[in-house]
This record gives sequence, C-alpha cells and structure tokens, in this order.
Amino acid sequence: MKLSSPMEIWKYLPGTNCGECGEKTCLAFASHLKERSTRLEECTPLFEDEKYADKGKQLAELLAPEIREIEIGVGARAAKIGGEDVMYRHELTFYNRTALAYDVWDTMKEGELRERVSRIANWRKFYVGEFLTLDAIAVRSVSGDAQTFAACVNAVAEETDLPLVLCSFDAKVLEEGLKVVAGKNPLLYAADKTNWKDVLELVKSYNVPVTLFSPDLDMLNSLALTFSSAGVEDIVLDPGVYPTGEGLADTFSRFVRIRRVGIEEGDKEVAYPLMSVPMTAWMIHGDALDASYWEAVLAAIGIIKYADIMILHSIEPHSLIAERTLVENVYTDPRRPVSVEPGLREVGTPTEHSPLFLTTNFALTYYTVESDLSSNKIDSYLIVVDSEGMGVEAAVAGEQLTAERIKETLESYGAEKRVKHKTLVIPGLAARLSGETEDVTGWTVLVGPRDSGRIPGWMDDNWPPK
Amino acid sequence: MEKKLTLADLARILEQYDVVELEDVTIKGEVELELGSSAGLALPPALAQALQSLMGAREMPGTLEAKRIEALLPATFKVAKAEWAGKIEEVTIGATSADGGTRERTVTIGGEKSLPFYNFDAKMPHPPVISVDCFDMPIPLARAVREYYEDVMEDPGEWAKKNVREFGADMVTIHLISTDPTIKDTPARAAAKTVEEVLQAVKVPIVIGGSGNPDKDPEVLEAAAEAAEGERCLIASANLNMDYERIAKAALKHGHVILSWTQLDINAQKTLNRYLFKLGVPREDIVIDPTTAALGYGLDYAFTNIERMRISALKGDTDLAFPISCGITNAWGAREAWMKDSPSKEDSDWGPAAYRGQMYEIITGLTLGLAGGDMFMMMHPNAASTVKKVTQTLFGAKVKEDKAKRVAIEDWVTWDAEVGASKK
Repeated sequence: MKLSSPMEIWKYLPGTNCGECGEKTCLAFASHLKERSTRLEECTPLFEDEKYADKGKQLAELLAPEIREIEIGVGARAAKIGGEDVMYRHELTFYNRTALAYDVWDTMKEGELRERVSRIANWRKFYVGEFLTLDAIAVRSVSGDAQTFAACVNAVAEETDLPLVLCSFDAKVLEEGLKVVAGKNPLLYAADKTNWKDVLELVKSYNVPVTLFSPDLDMLNSLALTFSSAGVEDIVLDPGVYPTGEGLADTFSRFVRIRRVGIEEGDKEVAYPLMSVPMTAWMIHGDALDASYWEAVLAAIGIIKYADIMILHSIEPHSLIAERTLVENVYTDPRRPVSVEPGLREVGTPTEHSPLFLTTNFALTYYTVESDLSSNKIDSYLIVVDSEGMGVEAAVAGEQLTAERIKETLESYGAEKRVKHKTLVIPGLAARLSGETEDVTGWTVLVGPRDSGRIPGWMDDNWPPK
Repeated sequence: MEKKLTLADLARILEQYDVVELEDVTIKGEVELELGSSAGLALPPALAQALQSLMGAREMPGTLEAKRIEALLPATFKVAKAEWAGKIEEVTIGATSADGGTRERTVTIGGEKSLPFYNFDAKMPHPPVISVDCFDMPIPLARAVREYYEDVMEDPGEWAKKNVREFGADMVTIHLISTDPTIKDTPARAAAKTVEEVLQAVKVPIVIGGSGNPDKDPEVLEAAAEAAEGERCLIASANLNMDYERIAKAALKHGHVILSWTQLDINAQKTLNRYLFKLGVPREDIVIDPTTAALGYGLDYAFTNIERMRISALKGDTDLAFPISCGITNAWGAREAWMKDSPSKEDSDWGPAAYRGQMYEIITGLTLGLAGGDMFMMMHPNAASTVKKVTQTLFGAKVKEDKAKRVAIEDWVTWDAEVGASKK
C-alpha cells in the first residue's frame, strides 16, 4: 500500500467517528487498515455518502496491495493469490497463502483420473484447531488433442469444485478446455513468446486469469506489459523453475528479484502473483521417492521465497503433509500470540476421578494436546502452566517449567478441589521434573508419553492408577 | 445497468498509465463532459482536445476498445541491488597442525554481506555446512534413523567415523548427554575421554555438546575443552540460565569457538553476546544458536527469529552479526516425523512414517537455511545429503551438474507420468 501511517489513511476517512465500522474512532479504523486487519468496505459512509465518494475511490487505490491480488475458481473453494505487501513476513504478514495445485493429465484412464481428483479434493490434515486442505487441480494436456483435453477437464469438473489450472501451450487445446469450464474462472497456463497472440484473444473473450511464461525476464516483462496494455489485469507470472545446478540458483534469483521490483521499487509492470512449478523435479529423477523429495525441496524454496501458486505432482502423504504444513507456517500471521492463557481447562465432561494432565502455554503445544484429548474422547482436566510461551522441552531446558512453577499453578487454579486422586500426569518430555515435583507439591506424579498423540495407549496401561 | 463513464474518470484512468495521447480509439455510448469539475483534475490540453473532437460519434452502446496489438511491447527488466552496511563475522572451526591442532581440514562459515544465497546482491562467501550428530550412549531414535546407527551406538568413536565416511559429514557433533545427573551422571573426566576418542577417530572439526543440564554442563564442557586443547572445537553451548562465564573462559583458555544459545528471543541473544564480549571472547570465536523448532511445531517462529536477526546484523547491529547454527535434528520431535498413524481419526492417511521423517528434517533444514542458517546439526543421512545438495546448489557450487542435466522445463506440461515412473 502507498500510505505509510494511520494518520495518512485517516485524512481520507470521513472523520466523524460514527462507529459504523465497529471502531470507536476513524483513527482506530485507520490503524486497522494499515495493519490490513479490516476491510475498507466496513466504512459504509465512504461508499454510501456522495460527498465522500472521491476520497473513497482514492483511498481504495492507495490501500491496494503492492502485488496484485487475483482470484481463481468460483464459490467456496475459490483461491485468492498475490495481494502481498512485504518482502519479509515479520514486517507485517504474508497475506494469501501459496495455493498448492496438484496435477492430473488427459492421458489418464477415467477411473484413475477420478480417483486422483477425489484424493486431492478430499485430502485433509488436522493442524492447530483446523483442517488443512489443498487448493487447486492442474489439468495437463499430454495428448495434445483438444477434444481429449476437454473430456478430461469435464471429468475433473464433475468430480470437484476446486479451482482449475488448464495447462497447454496450444491455444486451441486451451480453448476447448475453457469451453467446458468457462464459468468457473480457471487459470490458463500459459502464454509464452510464441503463442501469446492467440492466448491473449482467448483471455479477452473468456475473461479468465492467465499465466505468462518466460525464464527470460525481459521477455516476461514484455509479455506482462503487452497483456496489461490490452486490458488484461488478472495475470500470473511463471519465470520458470529449473530443477538443478546453476539453473536452480538462477531460478531462486528470478523469483526474489521480480518480487523485489514489485514491492520495494513499486514497479507495476511485473507486480503480479508468481507461479512456481516444482514438478520439473520429476523430469530429472527416475526414482519416484527421490523425485518427491526434490520436488518438496523446490516447493519449499518457492513457498518461502515468493511463489503465490505452484504446480506439484506427488500426492503421496509425505509430500502433501510437509508442503501444506510449510505453507501454513510461512503464511501464519506472525502477530498472532505465541501463548494461550494459563489455567485449568476441562476436556469433555470430567469427573473427580478423571485424569489431570499438565502442559505448557505455548499455543501450538496447548492446541495439540487439547485436540489429542478431545478427538480421542478422553474426559479429563488439562492444567496449563505459564511457561512464557515455551514448548515443554524448551521450557524444561530454559527453566520456564519447574517443579516450583507447577506447584504455584496447581494451587492458584484449585486443582485439589477438582480431582480426588491427587495424581498429576506430566509430559514425557518433562520426565526430568517428576521427582522434584512430587517433593515440592505432595502430589503423585505420573510420567505421560513423550507425545500427547500417544495418550490413548498410555491410558490403557496407566489409568486409573493402581 | 448501464455504466456511466465521465471524461474525468477516463482521464484519471489514462493518467494512471501515463497515457497522454490516444490513437485509434473509438468512444461509444453515453459520455458526460465534466471538464474542469470539482475533481480538480486537469486534463492535458492535447488530450482534452482529442476527446472533445471525438464527442461527435457517441450513438452506439459499448466500451473503450483498444487496437489489437500486433507485436509485443518491448520491455527491459531492471532491478536494484540491495546493499547492506553490515557484514557477518567469519568464523573458522577446527585447527590443522599448522595452527596447533590435528584436524585434516577446517570449516569456515559466515562472512555474508547479503541475505543467504542472494548472490545477485553480494556473492555468498561460504556455503552452509553440515555437522552430523553422535551421542555418548545409545539413545532412543525414530526407527527410520536408528537403522543407520544401530551398529555404532555403543561406540562414539565408531559412530563419528561412520558419520564422516559413509554420510559425508563436514563436521561431527558429539553430544555428551550421559553426563546429565538424571540420565547416567557420567563424570566430567569420563566425558572428556569420550571427546578424545572422537578426536582420534575423525579428522574433521568437531562440535562438543553438553547434556543441556544447566548445573552440570559448565563442569563437563570445561573438562572437554581442556581435553580438546588447540583443536578449535565449537563448544555447545553457553546460555543465560547457567554459569556461561565458566564455559566461555574454558573455551577462551583452550582455543575453542563458543556457541551462544538463546531461545527464540532476539534481545536475550544480544544480551548473552554482550556478556561474552565483556568476558573477552573475540568476535571470530562466536557462533549463535537462536533455537530451531520443527516444521509444524514453531518453525515459523524459528524462521522469523533467524531472519530478523540476520537482517538486523546486515543493517549494522554488530551484536547479532555472527554465523548461525541450527539444531535441525529437532525436526524429529514432530510427531509426523515418526508416528505410525495420525492420532486424529479424521486425517487422510499419513503413509509410511519412514518417508515422513527425513522429509521433516529436510524441510526444517532448508527453511532455516533460507532464513540465515550457516551450519546445520542433522541426523538422517539422506536428509543431511539432500540439505547439503540444495544449499550447495543455491550457493552456486553445482554449476557443472546443471549443464549435464539441463532440461526443457516447459515440457513438464506434456511430461508423461507413466514413462517417468517406469524409469525407476
């Protein structure tokens, strides 16, 4: 965005402190706009009252992110990509997470195709209170035949409402695919230095987002300038991913430099979302396992350094779990608190005979333990020690989790009144504290498993205590 | 609903794109003339004239229609180099006979004047290095790692040798965990003997790690530093919760490098480093460990903490301008790295644990390498070699390999998975 402080934003707001946006003052609303934690549309007078209309329009332009935000797909699973404002996540936050698209191809047998689409569309993994899912499907034209491609796109669209990326360098093939899913806002891949005229015509008549491909950055810039001059603004840039050697080092450099121009130098010609294609790893590895690791390596580089959407091939669990978790980590808002409130929580409907587990107040640790207990339906108490936001292992090492602090916590939250057995289960990673904790608190201490995911099995052998 | 476009709107749009003249443009439909309106936007005179002369033909509905573009518009991609005021300290670990040690080679890390692998700003002087872990007693390990070390777990010397010979380690870390009073309480003297064994067994530089027990480590690391006199080992580690002074003095006296360890806290790192300066530890004898958290388990904090430290250092904060060591083996703490199945019944299948573990170690290592890590302590041989390969490649050491394997990358679109898969 072009404005550098809440005061500068405030100048464009009505200044009436009307409270329509939910904030007490326009200045408070302005600071939320600066942090991108609210939307301009919340200021209804700005858009409904004639006299603010000009200011409203100007402000919307000034607040627009440095990197254009575009949407692919339609409906609940549509994906926004781009919209970034910073080079480093700690400067604000990265905004729209890297969309992960996994491929299918038009030479697949229909049964296999449908099965693969459904695996991609239905994949999920629990992580910190929610389920992670995948974002898109890339349909590749391997046959080169337009009708074959169209049939494949049709089968995919019947199977899922995930956004699609239609992949071919042949405009005729792309068009047949587009006809099938014209209303579903697919991303086209790709226009390059040879086919750009035909693809431009397609993009204009179907009004869909398009990827421009060229590892030569002058050419890529030229393509982007040409398309935007023709009125096309939903552009994604693919500077090419070379999977090895000097090519890979150059690939890294291209992504960083394009994003630098867009964000730091405010050059709008290339300020578009970037696409990375880690699946080029498969072109140099014969062994599927090796290829999946190298593909994940290329994906990690892209996720961390500025790819807004990527196309991948391996849908094996080890690939999906690692790639999607990394996206979540890099795109989590760093302003989110590290810790939860200490205290005594109830999981399910515990009684005075239920176990009492102890954990720390590092948010990730807490949510993991809480979900392991609740998803396995273990009625219990969970006492959360203030470890200054440290996880168990680190807190034991750094002495933020000590027998003394456990004692204070048990006392201040009245643990003794909740359970009759006066038995405390501490994490396996805090085993070192068990003796001292017994001495200091007078409670019986049981050492639980090193990972709370093993609590169900541990319960079978250890609860109720003998 | 019909859209009304005023001339002022049009001018604003054109101005955005620095257009001062229009050619081959037809304006159709309702056009409102609003020249000199309250918008306070002055039209370039030539443009105002052109637009006014166009006002005659405005009967038909439609929009602005640009001429079909027949050739690509020329453009040159230009980008500025980032220049930083600061420079990361260059630190050498290990000493050869020329410097009073017995190592066959040394390892130098740091010296950066730009972000990691940003060779387009300033050439990175040294690639990151990998130190493979070994322990002074058999320890519980995930099955996928254990199978590589089962035969050497009883013998730290053999373990260290295997790390170098079979797994290509640049360095070896010996963790003296048995010294912890709650584990075996091995006396400091015995631990020092283990260090001597490891130094005998391998000729690469070594890292000497304590057990992490803040009361016992000063004594253990002091004895180890004395036993390794002159070898310029990396002593791991000093931190604020212990008698770091004793460890720093031992490292100083016996010619070692010290690892300054803090827990995800920039200010604590600056404080501890300043304490070390005060004790007289030279800048070229300090490596920092800002703490590694595993993929999915705080990697975001570790990444940003390291990236912020590195950027501060490059901006000129000399308290933080040191090479960074990362304990990537921590990745195995993630349940996804070792657990057979997901504890959550609603998850999609997790697949074989053996495939996940090394993946978690690879991604954790590479991520922190991109944040600013110079040295990775690792465990799984394939993970170590993969992280080494990718960091070497980004560093620019794998140019030749690329020439042999250069592929027409755009062909991924038509790449045949069945042919590809059958190659294995």
